[in-house]
Amino acid sequence: MLEAAFRGSKRYWILLGVWSTLILIGAISFSRQLTEGLTITGMSQDVSWGIYIAQFTFLVGVAASAVMVVLPYYLHDYKAFGKLVILGEGLAISAVLMCPLFILVDLGQPQRFTNVLLHPTMNSMMFWDSLALMGYLVLNLVIGATTFDAERKGGPPPRWVKPLILLSIPVAVSIHTVTAFLYSGLEARPFWMTAILAPRFLASAFASGPSLLILISLTLRGLKKFDVGREAIQKLALIVAYAMVINIFFTGVEFFTALYSDMPHHVHAFEYMFMGLEGQNVLAPWMWTGMSIAIICAVLLIVPKFRANERFLAILCVGVIASIWIEKGMGIVVTGFVPSPLGKVVAYTPTAPELAITAGVYGIGLLVLTMLYKIVVTVRERQQVM
Amino acid sequence: MVPGMIPVKGKGVRTMSDRKFIYIGIAVLLIVVLYPFLHGMVASGDTTQPELYLPSDASECIEETEYMTANHMVLLNEWRDTAVREGIREYTSQSGEIIKISLTGTCISCHGRKDEFCARCHDYSNVTLSCWNCHVTPEGN
Amino acid sequence: MERSRRRFFRDAGAAALGLGYGLPVLGTGCSFSEEGTHTEGDPTNQWAMVVDIEKCKRDEVRAACVEACNRAHNIPDIPDPDEEIEWIWTEKYEHVFEDQVHDHTPHAVLEAPVLVLCNHCDKPPCVRVCPTQATWKRESDGVVMMDMHRCIGCRYCMAACPYGSRSFNWRNPQEFIAKDVNGEYPSDYPTRSRGVVEKCNFCVERIREGLPPACVEAANGVSGGEGALTFGDLADPDSEVNRILHDTHTITRRHSLGTGPNVYYII
Ligand code: SF4
Repeated sequence: MLEAAFRGSKRYWILLGVWSTLILIGAISFSRQLTEGLTITGMSQDVSWGIYIAQFTFLVGVAASAVMVVLPYYLHDYKAFGKLVILGEGLAISAVLMCPLFILVDLGQPQRFTNVLLHPTMNSMMFWDSLALMGYLVLNLVIGATTFDAERKGGPPPRWVKPLILLSIPVAVSIHTVTAFLYSGLEARPFWMTAILAPRFLASAFASGPSLLILISLTLRGLKKFDVGREAIQKLALIVAYAMVINIFFTGVEFFTALYSDMPHHVHAFEYMFMGLEGQNVLAPWMWTGMSIAIICAVLLIVPKFRANERFLAILCVGVIASIWIEKGMGIVVTGFVPSPLGKVVAYTPTAPELAITAGVYGIGLLVLTMLYKIVVTVRERQQVM
Repeated sequence: MVPGMIPVKGKGVRTMSDRKFIYIGIAVLLIVVLYPFLHGMVASGDTTQPELYLPSDASECIEETEYMTANHMVLLNEWRDTAVREGIREYTSQSGEIIKISLTGTCISCHGRKDEFCARCHDYSNVTLSCWNCHVTPEGN
Repeated sequence: MERSRRRFFRDAGAAALGLGYGLPVLGTGCSFSEEGTHTEGDPTNQWAMVVDIEKCKRDEVRAACVEACNRAHNIPDIPDPDEEIEWIWTEKYEHVFEDQVHDHTPHAVLEAPVLVLCNHCDKPPCVRVCPTQATWKRESDGVVMMDMHRCIGCRYCMAACPYGSRSFNWRNPQEFIAKDVNGEYPSDYPTRSRGVVEKCNFCVERIREGLPPACVEAANGVSGGEGALTFGDLADPDSEVNRILHDTHTITRRHSLGTGPNVYYII
């Protein structure tokens, strides 16, 4: 089964080549970071987390969103997702693999990362997050491999995986919840310290992950490789529409609390994001773009006619992913640091090596994803021939 | 995502190219695993033990020499943790002697030459020496 | 020796356990039973400091404090403010006591210089979040400690500290420590490596020897600076800090957060 990943057409190898190039570029920059330190990044004493931790946050969401196909299929026996489930699990595996990598490249002493397990600390959310992520990775690997193998042989999956599948549902929710708790438990950062952060993270995850799955499914069908079926895609689109509306609602709730109460600490963060503070406004154009796209996409997704048009749906999905990436992958993390506890407004822009390392980690994830999907597609094709 | 590909041969069929890959794989694995040994066998060079600068006024370290040679890193890590984390600054040696836990105060008072003591062995055995990245390096004189 | 061996096995065991999922939980259990939780809880003693803002207004006093600390701890002098390492330094009153100023506060008060440092809180958020116990509150005397050997440089503590008291070593600090003519560092306090977080340690290396913190000693050495900083044990009813806290109106930074700072300010 696995050997399918090592055989393929020229196009397949070119794709792997592209990802490998990204990895190589990332590795070169990372070795520079190892020798010179995190000084090569745009982070500073005041904005001490940047794009690495932001990507981590975004990807935990993508990983968690697999639950949106797993749950209907296994819990409600929703048959239309039958072919989609494995794609969702593959996406979760590659996303959850990238998460610890993004933490690792962010560490000042990456060779000491085992200290998190050697000196387990119950009161640290970071510890629980590592556990939840590891657990989720293992669960998805086991579930994905056994169910797929069973399907390949044409029989039902072994009975012992069913409890694991059920377990993977709360674990999926927990990875993103604990990731939100990393931020929302800090009294030092009023922007993050909001009870709705975890629900908000989940809502945006359930919009961005399924959007990615729609795009992947449409691509695979376009390449005449694999068709998950129109019904599955339409159901996903509906999930995206709901999740996106809830996401916008949650964000609106945040806005209301901050702006209506008009408390300086809360207002400042939003001011920084959308207008800039003390002349620092690098984020503002991004945030406006992100918010506009989010609202437009949500409105259009609600209309069944637009959703039904797959071409148009694809565009909307790109919009959803982009807006959530801007929100989570840039806005939320950086803004928590502005203004600093001592009232300083310090701008943050990722540097070229920082972006290269980020691209490198994505390269690893995409490489794994491509190979996993290659296996899936090959085995399915073989089945069709037989 | 996944461009066109040729379906793989049916299950159970081993082709020539499969075998080729398997052999290459095994060879690569063997080389990687055996490299350190092979390298040790062919690498010529001085294999006599490094000569260490030892204090003239003491015949033994805080524990037996053999123990220190083998376990100084364990002992140092233990000292590090007890001193930094538990604030305990006394160590009772096997012989019952009470010794002050202090890298600079105790160890360095005898082994005051990093280059001729620590580094000699560490270079010889190719083990990274990290204490002096931060602690004041004993230059000796 | 027995002890070493036991530790070795424990560490090796924990490392092996750490590799599998689920097993870390077991490792956690073991480590907890052995190490106990060194986090919160009431310390028997609690070192505290009183800063007299008025007496610290003179530049020489503050400069002497900062300089003494920098020298005592081999703190690098990094010119880039984004990467500066600070244990004790000066900030404007309006930024230190944000919730004590308003639209009509006199300019001179807003701009008044205030010395700031780690507050060695009763309930330190940095300790709460640290995933490795590289920072912990020492039970014996309430000092919030740093173990530079253990810190992985995740900077979670920096996100959690409401006082901006923690600095990360973005680059190798040693190049920025001025050496004397003999090529030696100002003190034999260990320098730090790249990639770890550091902060004020209330001069644990000095209080262990019965000396006051370097900044306190330095302030007292400047004429007019006597009593600008006072250091003592809150558990000792006769200590100078207790006397001041009892007789004078003092405030702490961001009291409403509930962290319980142990650096008090006389305004
Ligand atoms: S940076 Fe170091 S001290 Fe701070 S939370 Fe991380 S491991 Fe703990």
